[in-house]
Amino acid sequence: MEAVGRVKRIAGPVAHATGLKANMYDLVLVGEEGLMSEVIGISGNKHIIQVYEDTSGVKPGEPVKETGGPLMAQLGPGILTTIYDGIQRPLPLLAERSGDFVSRGIFVDGIDHKKKWEFMPTVKKGDVVKPGQTIGTVQEQLLIKHKIMVPPRHKGGTVKEIHSGNFNVEETVCILEDGSKLVMLQKWPVRVPRPVVKKLPPTIPLRSGQRVIDGFFPLAKGGTAAIPGGFGTGKTVMQQTLSKFAEVDVVIFVGCGERGNEMADLLHEFPELIDPKTGRPLMERSIVYANTSNMPVAAREASVYTGMTTAEYYRDMGYDTMMTADSTSRWAEAMRELASRLEEMPGEEGYPAYLSARLADFYERSGRAEILGGGEGSISIIGAVSPPGGDFTEPVTQGTLRIVKVFWGLDTKLTQRRHFPSINWLESYSLYDKDLEPWFTENVHPDWNKNKRRAMAILQENAELEEIVMLVGSDALPEEQQLTLEVARMIINYWLAQSAFHPVDCTCSFKKQFDLLAATLKYRDYAFDALQRGVSVEQITSVPSKDALAKVKLEEDYEPVLQKALDQMESEFKVLR
Amino acid sequence: MAKEYKTINEIAGPLIFVEKTEPVGYGELVEIRTASGEAKRGQVLDTSDEIVVVQVFEGTGGLSKESAVRFTGDVIKMPLSPSIIGRVLSGSGRPRDGGPAIVPDVEREIIGAAINPAQRAKPRAFIQTGISTIDGTNTLVRGQKLPIFSGSGLPHNDVALQIARQAKVLGEAESFAVIFCAMGITNEEAQHFMADFERTGALERAVIFLNLADDPAVERLLTPKLGLTTAEYLAFDLDMHVLVIYTDITNYAESLRQMGAAREEVPGRRGYPGYMYTDLATNYERAGIIKGKKGSITQFPILTMPGDDITHPIPDLSGYITEGQMIVSRELHRKGIYPPIDIRPSLSRLMNSGIGKGHTREDHRAVSDQLYAYYAEGVDLRGLAAIVGKAALSERDTMILEFADRFEKRFVNQGRDEDRSIFETLQIGWELLAELPEAMLTRIDDKYIKAYHPKYASAAKAEAEAPKK
Ligand SMILES: Nc1ncnc2c1ncn2[C@@H]1O[C@H](COP(=O)(O)OP(=O)(O)OP(=O)(O)O)[C@@H](O)[C@H]1O
Ligand SMILES: [Mg+2]
Repeated sequence: MEAVGRVKRIAGPVAHATGLKANMYDLVLVGEEGLMSEVIGISGNKHIIQVYEDTSGVKPGEPVKETGGPLMAQLGPGILTTIYDGIQRPLPLLAERSGDFVSRGIFVDGIDHKKKWEFMPTVKKGDVVKPGQTIGTVQEQLLIKHKIMVPPRHKGGTVKEIHSGNFNVEETVCILEDGSKLVMLQKWPVRVPRPVVKKLPPTIPLRSGQRVIDGFFPLAKGGTAAIPGGFGTGKTVMQQTLSKFAEVDVVIFVGCGERGNEMADLLHEFPELIDPKTGRPLMERSIVYANTSNMPVAAREASVYTGMTTAEYYRDMGYDTMMTADSTSRWAEAMRELASRLEEMPGEEGYPAYLSARLADFYERSGRAEILGGGEGSISIIGAVSPPGGDFTEPVTQGTLRIVKVFWGLDTKLTQRRHFPSINWLESYSLYDKDLEPWFTENVHPDWNKNKRRAMAILQENAELEEIVMLVGSDALPEEQQLTLEVARMIINYWLAQSAFHPVDCTCSFKKQFDLLAATLKYRDYAFDALQRGVSVEQITSVPSKDALAKVKLEEDYEPVLQKALDQMESEFKVLR
Repeated sequence: MAKEYKTINEIAGPLIFVEKTEPVGYGELVEIRTASGEAKRGQVLDTSDEIVVVQVFEGTGGLSKESAVRFTGDVIKMPLSPSIIGRVLSGSGRPRDGGPAIVPDVEREIIGAAINPAQRAKPRAFIQTGISTIDGTNTLVRGQKLPIFSGSGLPHNDVALQIARQAKVLGEAESFAVIFCAMGITNEEAQHFMADFERTGALERAVIFLNLADDPAVERLLTPKLGLTTAEYLAFDLDMHVLVIYTDITNYAESLRQMGAAREEVPGRRGYPGYMYTDLATNYERAGIIKGKKGSITQFPILTMPGDDITHPIPDLSGYITEGQMIVSRELHRKGIYPPIDIRPSLSRLMNSGIGKGHTREDHRAVSDQLYAYYAEGVDLRGLAAIVGKAALSERDTMILEFADRFEKRFVNQGRDEDRSIFETLQIGWELLAELPEAMLTRIDDKYIKAYHPKYASAAKAEAEAPKK
């Protein structure tokens, strides 16, 4: 029997209790209403507890009950398409119980324990099964098979009985020789990474469909990226766009301390949007965690772990998953708020000293990996960072940049010019760049990397020239430099700029990305060639085919349009003199 | 009847520390009586067996260790009934208009529970404010929270009032109910609002909460919560569309900071509490629409940026929560332009869902983008022109520079009572764009140019009007 403690003190989301035997991070239930809470500190005979729900009305002396274990995610068929709060309570179920506003003290399972699923065994009597191995499948969504696995901490054994048929997640589907029964439901402590055999190197790009990303600062499958930016610079739109178009099997979108209306937008859009790859609604491959800014901070703190655990679970089935967290700054602030209530010694800007360790542990759960059941799966993480005042020198941005391999720095100046995505092309970087180059050369085009470097060099030069232009105006520059400015402008406007809201250009295949950039570089070659021949800049920049290039990206079937523009360009330049 | 205690052990700023109580609930409403019989209210911030910390809304002035403290056993609630409409209340919800106390139909906790995100409906109904810089380039939709970021001495109140007067959803007869919460503004400012509400009859469909500059600062922490609780009642119980204007967020944040300091908390950036983001969000997030409900809450918070600095924590954290911001510019104001809204740093994030075919007009997005692009470029060119001289600019640059000036004079500038329809706004936009060569309209689809460009539109119109042969 678990011990019952007593509340000694309560202030906001933090309670102190005595008389408990609970371990660190154990789940406990605070007060008469049994508010879900977690032990976050033990000092002498006092337990310090963060409460996931509003604590109004809780009094000293009320009971605190132990549950005997930490906060667990429920894993099994039925997770996909669900929208959860930060502690994996399905929000539609909460609404059924408590109406339009989230009230407290409600317990609901993360997945439906009654619903029957058709279980199809993939092993038979006498087979030896190991931890992580698939014993059967359930068609969770039309295109996504849910693999029922031996839990990682189970020792496995020889199959004695296995049944096909309709079961709910609590019913035994398989019995091993040692008598242990396997069900479709697994529970896993959210703060503990699920094991893999080993991590694999990042050598395959994760196609994002965004030119500035794939073309300049690519993410690898299993990689980590941070997207810091001041308010309104496009973090959420980028994460939503990636959730829609990135080439992954399962998407976990964690709305961590952000806006309710944004979640409404996503929930409105995802079921209607069709995944171009599969022809099925995007929602079928998505899991959403919504712990908005006005929902309890402790649950916000937990939400990234809950989200991560579900990502790991689908990775363990061999899927490529992507987790986006919007925003990790709100998560860090939740840590700060809780830490300050613990009266801990604060580190930089009031954040707890363990901030960077927590960030590192979180991103460390990413990766492409050899999974226990054999084969591989991956988790890519994209974390939005919301630096105060848009200043990247603050602790969360800095702590994150020390860990992640890709930095997509959003630039308020670009936002103000309505250049989207507002990713600054001079400051951003991808440390996967070199590892991925061979893949692009082999799979897209031998010139992929060469063109990228050429474009980068032009933009670099452009930045230097722009400084001069600010002082003397562009007419004072030599003609080649004026032309470079023009070509840079084309790369920026025709290629880098990509509206998330355009029906066609919201995503872009590798081939189209390559062709568009190659066309602009082609213009550059013609242009400089013509300049050599003595043609004026004015003439070169007013060839009509140049404007035709601008709109190619908006075409679904772009190839003929592009070819026409290129042919036209060739003939126009031929006659220029 | 709850027990009374005379066990105040310490009084520090807005806080009192009470000892030797029976168990007291977190967040409980507290009633305090001074020796002279004055009643004050407070709320429990921290409770333990040994000591209970209470923040006193009406300030601790006049309290002593002999004051009587009573814990009500209940959290703070707002009494509500339809008769609240038309009332003027204090910043802590007491009648300020000489009228009777509100006889409640219901009482609601003022710390509102969060709207379940899965129950929210997507905001998409276009609100016409009659102001071109809003309707045309930063469109507002019902259920949005769009703050005005301003500076001291700028006409943000006039802008807010004009919005309150003119806001309507096309094709709907009903007008908005208005909740107005004043937090620490001067009496004169409050009078300005009140006079306008009276003049336009808005008062009859308004609920006013006034916490003025000389009212207790802690009370301000309560004011928006009372206002928003009332807004939720009007919107979700009485099916009304509610516009909430609250001003000035900066004063509210100062009170938060003061509370934090009194509690000796570890401060976050520039001395503001680390939880200010969350605290502000609990107000701002109380905007929106709920599935299956008829009403809505749209918010117009006003904040003055200290030192006109948008990176200051108050506007910064607000910008991270709200769905865009409208920036009132000192520079435009100096030029005599009203409303001095600078569209460049302004943004409405929900604009996309409220414009276009079926909402406003199909060419809206394109016109807005094109106006925006050349205005922004034109303003940038002013800097260059100042250095190298206008004469050194290219022909294209000169055109854009002049476009920016005309844009400010004709599109941005309008009368305080000028209520432009969205179609008038778009028309002005087109007229400005028509003064540029057609080839420069790169962001507008040819089909819209053909349909709406004054050059073609007048031709089309003439054709339509020509007598049939
Ligand atoms: N890729 C894009 N294409 C078109 N428009 C965009 C794009 N990215 C951002 N925007 C515009 O910028 C606005 C703000 O973007 P977003 O909401 O993603 O900002 P954010 O960085 O998440 O801000 P916050 O930190 O306040 O949440 C959007 O509403 C949209 O109008
Ligand atoms: Mg965002």
